[in-house]
Amino acid sequence: MRPVVAAPDSVLSRAGDPVDPLDPEIVALAADLVATMRVAPGCVGLAAPQVGVSAQVFVVDVTGHPRARTCHGTVALCNAEVVEASRWQKGREGCMSVPDLTGDVKRAGHLVVRGTPPGTGEPITLTTDAFEARAFQHEIDHCAGLLFLDRVPGPHAIFARKVYL
Amino acid sequence: MRQTTQVNELAITVVGRDRPGIIADVSAALSRLGLNLTDSTMTLLRGHFAMTLICVGEVDESDVLGMLEPLTADGGLLATAHRVPPEPSGANTGAPYTLLVHGADRLGIVAAVTGVMAEIGGNVTDLTTRLSGTLYLLSAEIDLPSSADFDELLTKLDEVADRLGVEVSLRSGDADVL
Ligand SMILES: [Zn+2]
Repeated sequence: MRPVVAAPDSVLSRAGDPVDPLDPEIVALAADLVATMRVAPGCVGLAAPQVGVSAQVFVVDVTGHPRARTCHGTVALCNAEVVEASRWQKGREGCMSVPDLTGDVKRAGHLVVRGTPPGTGEPITLTTDAFEARAFQHEIDHCAGLLFLDRVPGPHAIFARKVYL
Repeated sequence: MRQTTQVNELAITVVGRDRPGIIADVSAALSRLGLNLTDSTMTLLRGHFAMTLICVGEVDESDVLGMLEPLTADGGLLATAHRVPPEPSGANTGAPYTLLVHGADRLGIVAAVTGVMAEIGGNVTDLTTRLSGTLYLLSAEIDLPSSADFDELLTKLDEVADRLGVEVSLRSGDADVL
């Protein structure tokens, strides 16, 4: 587990470096990301910049989420990129690194992503939709130094996050 | 974020004839006083410039009005400034919803719709209304208490919508943390 950094930490606004998926440090980083994601309530994804590491590594797990359709379980990817994106849909997102705000962001509801799982040298291609697609796009954005705040369409699309008791 | 020391907050409004540069002038005046502009909102309401802001700093209302005097002297802009006690922010509880109403302009739309929300303890956190020709539009963000009966609320909203001849929709503004 690693501490999660919050905006305005500059690491969140820097494009992450491409990584060597076989580098043991990267494999360990991915494992830490999974562990950190697991203990954060409601967290379905985490990217390396969010733990202060400017690198193109992220993890996603939308298992059991009510808005998920396709679900690949726990996914970790290095150097991921969007290959295909369509069926854009608006949805309200929050982020562990922007704890007090949410925003309406358009994301592709159909997505093809290419990246390499840590510990392997083999790129894989994943096709997904709905909430998992949104999670992938959010984390790929983190790896590129983008927050959901960079994607909101206008001044009335940012909201105070509600605290549930 | 809660401050540990007592902060001096000022509520400031500036309303009047629009022109380019008002915000730049107002914020420059406030920064000359050492006032930190925290939360603010500005829009044009039927062509009128309207800005509301909360500032933090160790000055009095009269200092603010004095510094804004060059902007207000010709009567084009009206400014007010009041000290306000700090409020806890980010501590709202409840589930967020977006409310949209549109239809022919009728007296009492806002009162009727927000009245239904208030009855069940719903708190409006953001509201915009526009009259465009004869089309009236209301959009609002509302926190509903977890105790609220959602179906009953929809029934009441439908009643109001029928009575006023407007379309009303309420949808969840729940956010997913990614
Ligand atoms: Zn995030």
